[in-house]
Amino acid sequence: MPATGPPRAPHERMNRPKLGVFKFASCDGCQLSILNLEDDLLAVSETLDIAYFPEASSDMREGPYDIALVEGSITTPEDLHRIVSVRERAKVLMTIGACATAGGIQALRNWSDVEAFKQAVYPSPQYIQSLSTSTPISEHVRVDFELWGCPIEKTQLMRVLIDLFAGVQPKLPTHSLCLDCKRRGMVCVLVTKGEPCMGPVTRTGCGVICPSLGRDCYGCFGPSEGAPQGEAFPPNTSSLATQFHHGLQLIPAEVLRRFRGINGYVAPFRKESQTWESRIEETTP
Amino acid sequence: MSEPQRQTRTIKIDTIARVEGEGALRVTVKNGLVDDVELRIFEPPRFFEAFLQGRHYEELPDIVARICGICPVAYQMSAVHAVESIFGVQVTGALRDLRRLLYCGEWVESHALHVYMLQAPDFLGYESGIAMAKDHAHVVTRGLRIKKAGNALMALLGGRSVHPVSVRVGGFSRAPTRRELNGLTDELLWARDAAVETVRWVAGFHFPDLDPGYTCVALQPRDEYPFNHGLLASSDGLKIPGDEFELHFSETQVAYSTALHCTLHGKRYFVGPLARINLNADRLTPLARAALDGTGVSLPLRNPFHSIIARSVEILFALEESLRLIAQYEPPPAPVEDYQVRPGVGMACTEAPRGILYHRYRVDADGIVREAKIVPPTSQNQGRIEEDLRVFLPHVLDLPDQAAALACERVIRCYDPCISCSTHFLNLEIHREDDAS
Repeated sequence: MPATGPPRAPHERMNRPKLGVFKFASCDGCQLSILNLEDDLLAVSETLDIAYFPEASSDMREGPYDIALVEGSITTPEDLHRIVSVRERAKVLMTIGACATAGGIQALRNWSDVEAFKQAVYPSPQYIQSLSTSTPISEHVRVDFELWGCPIEKTQLMRVLIDLFAGVQPKLPTHSLCLDCKRRGMVCVLVTKGEPCMGPVTRTGCGVICPSLGRDCYGCFGPSEGAPQGEAFPPNTSSLATQFHHGLQLIPAEVLRRFRGINGYVAPFRKESQTWESRIEETTP
Repeated sequence: MSEPQRQTRTIKIDTIARVEGEGALRVTVKNGLVDDVELRIFEPPRFFEAFLQGRHYEELPDIVARICGICPVAYQMSAVHAVESIFGVQVTGALRDLRRLLYCGEWVESHALHVYMLQAPDFLGYESGIAMAKDHAHVVTRGLRIKKAGNALMALLGGRSVHPVSVRVGGFSRAPTRRELNGLTDELLWARDAAVETVRWVAGFHFPDLDPGYTCVALQPRDEYPFNHGLLASSDGLKIPGDEFELHFSETQVAYSTALHCTLHGKRYFVGPLARINLNADRLTPLARAALDGTGVSLPLRNPFHSIIARSVEILFALEESLRLIAQYEPPPAPVEDYQVRPGVGMACTEAPRGILYHRYRVDADGIVREAKIVPPTSQNQGRIEEDLRVFLPHVLDLPDQAAALACERVIRCYDPCISCSTHFLNLEIHREDDAS
């Protein structure tokens, strides 16, 4: 991938690219991943002008920003407007994490009655302003780059920022976690322990942490993309779901829950869970 | 009042920085006296309690971790303890110690972030920890390295520090080897010494006077500093098992906030590091106790600005406790205790970095969660923050708008309020109603 310009040197203080970090509905975990850069945090702040990052600094400037990092999903009427304003002020808009990229865990509401949710949680639900859905940023504005993970992996974030400011189109691996698990010589938790591991359909990037701790992957990096067929080719979720059902004896409700989790609203996982939902409905008298 | 001709005065600050959350503050002043204080939290509701219904109990640690990226372990711990009380599982010995160790990692990480990056800049006059590093590089680097030691502990036990993956009902999915834990010792020893310096450093700050008078509430175990266990105790003499929380504490909703207000017997109370120290100072580890005594502040701590001292002492405690737990560690025979799924209702309180975190679940015979209730520390402290501001505001009403607003933010930041799910927007409005005009 050719670079469109030379990387900026850290000492070019006058022209440091401006960074803004914005938060919508989320747990703050991806922003914390930035602060968890620890060894590199001060170097990053020398290289970039952190112009807006309320979680870390009271110094907040309106923009425009060379890059806006957006955490969180859209869940309130007010945030529908705010994301448009962020987009207008950002040259490059990058989502960080499962909420901003896929709607997040709070997208579980998308299959439910939010009015009933309000009544379950609040004594006076009429005071609560909330949309009936939790949706990813890309459903509302143009997104230039999406960084997956719940939470994001901080070394991936660094990689992408370095590429962006070097004028290189960022590119991160999209293949399945399974391949990296094999490369590391891990014992397969699906085959040997019979656990419903989402590794075969989940994007690599976390560092294979669940199988390395002896448990099944639960898909927090979202769907992988098929390597032989190229980018944006969805993973074979139906094959894995069938294996869960016939091989591991999971009942349809369990298969459904497997796909309806942290990244449940993203298309490949959403379609698979809906397939199993209709199966349950067909068999329910 | 400096400008009696103005009936109302509105002070706006666009954002309260260096907290996890979105809030607005509305203050009404009548005849120069503070009449009403409303802290409004505009957190987009995420409805966790609602969508946990219908999920399997084994999924709880993975889902509730997502309530907060800053203190996921606290959510995982309260959840597994509540479910274990239903199934009658006793997690003891090395597995219990590993849970304490994981919690130590979270306290170190979370407290170090708050002390160095969020609150200390207030005392030294900077807009951020990053800006502070330009003049105090050595100090900020020290804070980041302490924080990193906490993260390393969480990553070893849980795979990563944000949303760890190894916690499960009955124990862990994998227990570490002694060799792996020993590998952290050198860095934890360094961090322990750095934590001693931290306590000394923050004790030298200038603290504004404020003594709102608190009812402190914290867990109080018999012979250790609290993480996962202990009776629920108050400075007014309450002593109850954690599962009786809802008999004494209740949540109410106010029109101006998405966070519920929790009260004890109808009164506002205070949780968090300062409350924990007040109720458990005699349970601190030796170095931590000595460091606290060396600060010159006397117990009980009554000034919310002293929370930075309490947090720093707890960093030191957690590092000392980690080293003790690692030194005595013998790997358990299995990473998880056996148990049988059975239906029932279970409750548990643990000590999140910001204070008591209460969970209750009703689980059916198939292990499906039918009901969930979660009371986080910020909802418990929200009423206290308002009370503090009520006491504090008269001292700053004569300041220019921006300075008054910043002073109020400083009070709010003492609480490290974790209002996850928010957009960081604080408008401070002071409405003055003058009878004379």
